[in-house]
Amino acid sequence: MSFEWIMIPYSLLTLFIVVNYGLLLTALMQKIGARVGRRYGIPIWQNYIDLIKNYSIRSSITHGPMFYLGPVFRLTGGVGLLLFVPTIYGSEMFSNLSFAGDLILALYFVFFGTLGMALGAAESGHPHAAIGVSRGLSQVTTSELPLALAVFAVALQYETLSVTEIVAAQQGGVMNWTLFTNPLAVTAAMLSFLGSMMRPPFDVVLAPQEIPIGPPTEYHSSYLALMQTNRVIFPIAKIVVYMNLFFGGAASWPVFFLKVFLIYLFSVFVGTVFPRFRVEQSVRWFLIWAVPLGIAAIVLV
Amino acid sequence: MNDELEERLDEAPESQPESLRLRDIPVREELQPRTVIAPDGQEIHIDPLQDYYCQAGPTVQTPAYTKIIEDLFNWARSESLWILGFGTGCGAIEMRPLMTPRFDAYRYGIQWRPTPRQANLLVISGYLSVKTLKRAIRSYEQMQNPKYVVGLGSCTINGGMYWDSYNTIKCLDQYMPVDLYITGCMPRPEALLQGFDDLKKLIRAGKAEGANRYAENFDWYKANQKRVIKNWNMPDYNW
Repeated sequence: MSFEWIMIPYSLLTLFIVVNYGLLLTALMQKIGARVGRRYGIPIWQNYIDLIKNYSIRSSITHGPMFYLGPVFRLTGGVGLLLFVPTIYGSEMFSNLSFAGDLILALYFVFFGTLGMALGAAESGHPHAAIGVSRGLSQVTTSELPLALAVFAVALQYETLSVTEIVAAQQGGVMNWTLFTNPLAVTAAMLSFLGSMMRPPFDVVLAPQEIPIGPPTEYHSSYLALMQTNRVIFPIAKIVVYMNLFFGGAASWPVFFLKVFLIYLFSVFVGTVFPRFRVEQSVRWFLIWAVPLGIAAIVLV
Repeated sequence: MNDELEERLDEAPESQPESLRLRDIPVREELQPRTVIAPDGQEIHIDPLQDYYCQAGPTVQTPAYTKIIEDLFNWARSESLWILGFGTGCGAIEMRPLMTPRFDAYRYGIQWRPTPRQANLLVISGYLSVKTLKRAIRSYEQMQNPKYVVGLGSCTINGGMYWDSYNTIKCLDQYMPVDLYITGCMPRPEALLQGFDDLKKLIRAGKAEGANRYAENFDWYKANQKRVIKNWNMPDYNW
């Protein structure tokens, strides 16, 4: 595979669009959540202001090198996940750095940020961070299981590990989407999706009302701003993977925006309707409801 | 406050000796120096006050940018006030309606954060007992520059109805740099919103530099704090 230098500015353009879309979309979702609670909600541009504010804090303290690297790892996970899967199918500009085996790499990137965060938060030495990390890792581990099973099922179904080829196989009508050709895998993956979006019922790890506020307890100013940046990139990147694997990908930006919005809305919908799980409840829920579906998807494929 | 304390309040802060720091107060057990033997037999000496806490005082952080950038930053700071979820007195009750549909402060860029590291606004909501003052100081010092303090209710201004109480402070300004007072007993949530709006104007005008005032007059504030907190069994610097 030859490397074209023009891919670098193209990827940066993708990143730019996704960051701005993510900032607005995250605020919109918070607004929808607020409207459900009969509040007016934050202004749609609030995330930009918060970001500038956090970058402009004058002082910051550190707890050691891993404390620095935690947010960097987290951002690397989000940006890496975004850049190694094709954003727009069939577009030379927005296929990013995708290659033949990118599906496996994507699975790694999903977990990468969490691990970096765990190391960084652990070095902050705050007991809340330690508790938050142990809760977060146990929940993410079980919620990743059904996703991994679903991804393997899809890879077996299309006999490829390239996201581009999986999207290509789903073209030509809604009925060709994995959603309809392999509903079990998609169901398992969507249940797993709920667990990784940091929304109720699975947000006990980060919820301000619980152990305040979990892993990022000690993070502030620029560190926090880096993590906020990732908080808007990572969900979109993850949804891009889902969209490509299960919902036929997107051939243009408007379709992309619509599909990402709808997939994101699914987690918000569930989150506003159902109350919060404790960690042991959510672990049990994933193992009982989502994992068997994933196994069934692999067996039946 | 009792008479003895009143007398000590009258003393000039400069006359406070260094020994104030080392008064004959038993240091809490977890803060005492100790020796721990690791599983491999290594002896580790721990002095928590030296090892776990910063040994340097706060420094003045000057706005290091050109005016137009500092103005942008001040605008962003004013439109994104993150309040530390720390309720000291009855005023904490008046803060709650701001989070709920009736008043909904979120639409003005005001949010609550559970950790002092991420917050930049400390609202002292009502009377402040000496015991709570200790916690308020620790929380305030852990916040990052620039940070703002709002005193809510009469109790923070002159003691209010707790004027002759033996264990509340009267004038919050002596213990931490207050940017704005909101009067009332209690102020209604509308008054709070109005107060936050005024704070925003102060921040935008670049006048809310309380964190730097605290750093400049650090000794004065510490002397005042130590005068009322009798059992100062914590480090001088809490960040």
